[in-house]
Amino acid sequence: MEVKLTVNGTTRSDEVEPRLLLIHYLREVCGLRAANVGCDTTSCGACTVLVDGESVKSCTVLAVQASGRSVTTAEGLVAEDGTMSAVQQAFRENHGLQCGFCTPGMVMAATSLLAENPDPTEQEVREGLEGNFCRCTGYHNIVRAVLAAAGKLSGAEASSEVNA
Amino acid sequence: MSILGTRVLRTEDPGFLTTGAVYTEDVQDERLAGACYVHFVRSTVAHARIGGIDTSAAKDAPGVVAVYTGEDLAAAGIAPVRPMMPNMNQQMLQPLLATDTVRFVGEPVAAVVTEEMYQGEDAIELVDVDYDILPAVATMHQAVSGERGLLFPAAETNVVCTYGDASAASPDLFAGCDVVVSQVIQNQRVAPAPMESRSGAAAWGEDGRLTAWIPNQGAQGTKGALMGMLGLKPDQVRVITPDVGGAFGAKFGADSEHAVICWIAKQLGRPARWSETRNENLLVMPHGRAQEQKITIGGTKDGTVLAYRLEILQDCGAYPKAGAFLPSLTRLMTPGPYNIPRAESFSTSVATNTTPVGAYRGAGRPEAAAAIDRAMDLFADAAGADPAEVRRKNLLPKFTEPHKTAFGAVYDSGDYVTALEKALAAAGYDGLLAEQAKRRENGDTLQLGIGLSSYVEITGPGGEAGGPNENSTVEVHPDGTATILTGTSPHGQGHQTVWAMLASEELGIPIEKITVKWGDTDLVPRGGGTGGSRSLQLGGAAVQQASRELLDVARERAAATLEASPADLVFDTAASAFTVKGDPDVAVPLSSLAESERLFVHTVFTAPGPTFPFGSHVAVVEVDIETGKVFLRRLVTVDDAGTVMNPLLAEGQRHGGIAQGAAQAFLEEVVFDDDGNALTATFADYPFASATELPSFELVNMETPTSYNPLGAKGIGEAGSIGSTPAVQNAVIDAVSYLGVTHIDMPTSPQRVWRAIRAANGSAANGSKEA
Repeated sequence: MEVKLTVNGTTRSDEVEPRLLLIHYLREVCGLRAANVGCDTTSCGACTVLVDGESVKSCTVLAVQASGRSVTTAEGLVAEDGTMSAVQQAFRENHGLQCGFCTPGMVMAATSLLAENPDPTEQEVREGLEGNFCRCTGYHNIVRAVLAAAGKLSGAEASSEVNA
Repeated sequence: MSILGTRVLRTEDPGFLTTGAVYTEDVQDERLAGACYVHFVRSTVAHARIGGIDTSAAKDAPGVVAVYTGEDLAAAGIAPVRPMMPNMNQQMLQPLLATDTVRFVGEPVAAVVTEEMYQGEDAIELVDVDYDILPAVATMHQAVSGERGLLFPAAETNVVCTYGDASAASPDLFAGCDVVVSQVIQNQRVAPAPMESRSGAAAWGEDGRLTAWIPNQGAQGTKGALMGMLGLKPDQVRVITPDVGGAFGAKFGADSEHAVICWIAKQLGRPARWSETRNENLLVMPHGRAQEQKITIGGTKDGTVLAYRLEILQDCGAYPKAGAFLPSLTRLMTPGPYNIPRAESFSTSVATNTTPVGAYRGAGRPEAAAAIDRAMDLFADAAGADPAEVRRKNLLPKFTEPHKTAFGAVYDSGDYVTALEKALAAAGYDGLLAEQAKRRENGDTLQLGIGLSSYVEITGPGGEAGGPNENSTVEVHPDGTATILTGTSPHGQGHQTVWAMLASEELGIPIEKITVKWGDTDLVPRGGGTGGSRSLQLGGAAVQQASRELLDVARERAAATLEASPADLVFDTAASAFTVKGDPDVAVPLSSLAESERLFVHTVFTAPGPTFPFGSHVAVVEVDIETGKVFLRRLVTVDDAGTVMNPLLAEGQRHGGIAQGAAQAFLEEVVFDDDGNALTATFADYPFASATELPSFELVNMETPTSYNPLGAKGIGEAGSIGSTPAVQNAVIDAVSYLGVTHIDMPTSPQRVWRAIRAANGSAANGSKEA
């Protein structure tokens, strides 16, 4: 079947097997390998991408279902000059990632969360990310990163990092 | 200003956040061009004889290149894997693919090779395995009694190994004790569940060498495991470690599947790739913990502990792996941070028809901490004493000279009472007690529980050669950059950043100009990898040592250049250059000394022994006494790992450990039914902790340096998971102790808590329910 869609701002069309999952389309056909497959029950969110601006677990969407839509992955959050998005930058500044496997999905979920609720409480951040699993961080610094991206951490609280 | 001890942001992160890290499944390499895909047919039953395997339909399926079974491996001379240590029953052999018997659900039975990824999922369904069902040894007690038979008839027992001589148990251990309490407790089986499941890729070169890309915790150990399984020589194997999506102890060495895909690539003369599903991961990747413990503690009414006995039954699962060995570490840490005049511990490791058990964050030490800290609370309860007071009274006093325990552990340095006091103060212990009393008096539905733990653990116990050592190479290049080779193997810990900080501190080269490499056995032939919280105190110390030795070499060269005595040279770190004392205008840049001859040092750092990080945790929970549901509200932790190099990353390690340890206490459990079927083999069934179930953590700083390495550093990777489990469990029990509950096994699920309240005949719970 033909799938015609926009991926990170670029329109493309491909002939795909009807059962091809969106995550595998992105990874194997488009070569965008930031999003990962972490489970087989739509539980972990490592595959989260945006479809028309809304976060979607791409392991549970067929590529053909994304036809006519606009898909954004973590690669697509980066500006042309290489600048990371505010959410990506906040994840770095707050050590919101360790092994990195959940990270691209987590960043997309956080991006979607802040688009819907630009001024979340800690509890709202936790609830908003409930569908994205992380095994490394205990979520502590992920939550901080999202609050920081929303401008909710004061200067002293936000970071005292030294950049060497 | 020193870069050490500062919150340097990770240099790993920009790539991880944008294009994503490059995990094994992401690797694009010309050596893997045209790779076929391997899928495994897995046993659907826990214990059976294999009557036959019909692969004909699968072989005819679209895209199928080949189907292999254990017979094919045996015909090729591939032998089953022996238990990892000589003290384990050597009849308990694991074939790479099951041959005559399957011993756990998920055991690989056949390998299906296809042209495309999706074709394999279809084709494995077409392999018909004839199972002649045998009784499943589903529990440790069934293994001990033998009532359901033996996993390995040739072994003549289900016992894999024992540690300690149980027949030598002292009949007088509890003599003179006014108060003696005994309790059987479960340190339940949990799944490591790194976000990246297992995978691998293999290619054979025209030179007859195997290159294997495998997510691992130490490429050198992984190479050794592949060599052992496939009968290869060292120069025939190269292991490359892509980025690794978490490991937690479960990615040391190599598994059967890794060896099989390497073998398949050889048979077919084309590269092969494999990535398991999460379902397979939860069925097959070794689980952690899985101990039943009987704890007995005795002492005087004033709260002084005199004696403690820890009896351990360890579930190894179907094949003896690291799990069989875990109780030896549990035994080593039996008394924890407490000064107990008489203590003894014995263990028995048994095989069952379940997923094999291996190392998981803490690996044997959390089990010891959970036992002794549960025992302390049971004792406090029986003696009518405050748990904090009982700990104060029985903790070892501060020591700066090494302290040797009756179990042979040599604690390098410790200040356990201070750690406890800091945690209690930060938590506001007295205020919490007052709040708890108020809620009890009011008959609130949400009751408050406060749980404590005081732990000590062992980190950095070994290196490749068995001793606590690690190697590093540091090279400075003429263009002013530097390269570090390390025998450690980060998978989230941030060695790329911290190893560069350590070299930068010595060499004056900015961290952006320092490349850190690991995990390629051609590049780094030796190394102990990352596990047991060993990396900083051994691998980091090696980087520092190599950097300093490199300066010694450079100083000689600079002296020759300047025609000065080496002793008259000063290394100006800010300028990364040597100057002559009293003549700062004449400078020789470090990088210039690499122009005519390579400037590098390879070194091995050896520590006098492992180190013993310690700390105290205070957990605060609310328990709904009508439903039994536990809400984890606060975790206040002191985790003293000596001198900290990068607080940002050390805190991250603590957060992750605390979360995993807490999750074991009140959420996570791998469950099998009476036939050995796994009931928690998907993320929809396994209660993996999410962001809503955990609070933000309250970390208190404490740094007691060790003298065992020049950094003063101890391990921090596992500490959080060791302290938080007993603190949270104790908090849950504390919340309902006023109803007469003295113990609830982990995980303290609503069902278990509710039942415990009922069993204690808690009239308060019934009363409020009816009200």
